Amino acid sequence: MKYIDEFQDPELARRLLDEIARTVTRPWAMMEVCGGQTHSIIRHGLDQLLPDTVELIHGPGCPVCVTPLAVIDKALEIASLPDVVFCSFGDMLRVPGSDRDLFRVKGDGGDVRVVYSPLDALRIAQRTPDKQVVFFGVGFETTAPAIAMTVHQAKRLGVRNLSLLVSHVRVPPAIEAVMRSPDCRVQAFLAAGHVCSVMGTSEYPALADTYRVPIVVTGFEPLDILEGIRRAVRQLERGEHHVENAYPRAVSAQGNPVALRVLREVFTTTDRTWRGIGTIPDSGWRLSDAYRDYDAEHRFDITGPAAAEPAVCRSGEVLQGLIKPHECAAFGIICTPRTPLGATMVSSEGACAAYYLYRRLSPPHTEEKASVD
Amino acid sequence: MCLAVPGRVVGIEERNGTSMARVDFGGVVKDVCLAYLPEIEVGEYAIVHVGFAIQRLDEESALATLRLFERIGALDEEFGDAWARAAAESETASEEENR
Ligand code: SF4
Repeated sequence: MKYIDEFQDPELARRLLDEIARTVTRPWAMMEVCGGQTHSIIRHGLDQLLPDTVELIHGPGCPVCVTPLAVIDKALEIASLPDVVFCSFGDMLRVPGSDRDLFRVKGDGGDVRVVYSPLDALRIAQRTPDKQVVFFGVGFETTAPAIAMTVHQAKRLGVRNLSLLVSHVRVPPAIEAVMRSPDCRVQAFLAAGHVCSVMGTSEYPALADTYRVPIVVTGFEPLDILEGIRRAVRQLERGEHHVENAYPRAVSAQGNPVALRVLREVFTTTDRTWRGIGTIPDSGWRLSDAYRDYDAEHRFDITGPAAAEPAVCRSGEVLQGLIKPHECAAFGIICTPRTPLGATMVSSEGACAAYYLYRRLSPPHTEEKASVD
Repeated sequence: MCLAVPGRVVGIEERNGTSMARVDFGGVVKDVCLAYLPEIEVGEYAIVHVGFAIQRLDEESALATLRLFERIGALDEEFGDAWARAAAESETASEEENR
């Protein structure tokens, strides 16, 4: 069969799928939180290989997708200033702001640079003392420690011409927001493995308990995801709801203690707006008061236009798992990865792009069911 | 940007008071900060995210993940030329607009 042959171990995949099929006695819906997992699921057709009764709902775990329009607009404004070197990860270049993107700002003469690591921005700041270097800090708990260490080092080395436009988001409050939504259909979560590599699993038991929802820490290789689904289904069928670690080779309960210490020193939690979703209390990080000098929003007096997102775009519903991408009227017609209307289409980890890339163009009910053999 | 990629530590040195490694990601070699994984040694594999090693990984899992990332184009996305990619996308976009 088309998809399963590409698995690292097709035999094991088949066994996991068989066991899932044998265990399921009624319909279940679970959410994979991480955009990398969504990509892997769609790429390998896992959703089509699973029994009809197991539905995967794609979660809000793509930081590029959830960065609010207002923050993108701020980034564009700062990047356009003279004497500013604006450093960003490559996947932010084409994220649409209200009227342009970073790629366009560069074309118009802005000094926009793509860096692999935030430490590269620190190095640029050291080498160009006559310029203000600004780094666009986007990402979940996996990325935040890198940004935190960069700020920490900048302070230690006395580098003063570096600042950060910070828009970091945290997974647990997003899980809570999904569970609190009146339309929530999610009955279990596959938690993002690499986030837990840093954070450990201590934030999850309270969530599993409060919302009576199984949470399985999962990697993003196809077999890891199937194993996560197998465990989630087993819990659901037994009426259990606890935290399980299905990715022990990269995740320990306590996470990375050094990273946690630096994170707590450099950042404090704050309410954050998620593109398409709205404000989620305590769901983000900002620089703590001790590092306020390094906050680009304080250093540059920018307001950012109050912008509205394209009305046709339903990425907020996509991000909350309320609709599937191809149920959006714009999908694949006026909205494609080349001409994205929403961030879920511009980022390859966004659910809309994953559906588009792997040709899920037909409405769900006409989709042919893939078979295992 | 979101994925963390496993790589093999091929060299370690002290720079600016910080422990830094050269890490080989299936052919692409990058500077990686070891502040969060100070005890790792040359020859070991680590999961690396935006220039920071965050966790050890065994060789077998590391190689398997690298193969998968290679296949789905994640390595190119992480280490390739983002400007070229953005330019290609934007050209196609304006062609589509002009049509
Ligand atoms: S297909 Fe495009 S317009 Fe529709 S929800 Fe996705 S990003 Fe928004």
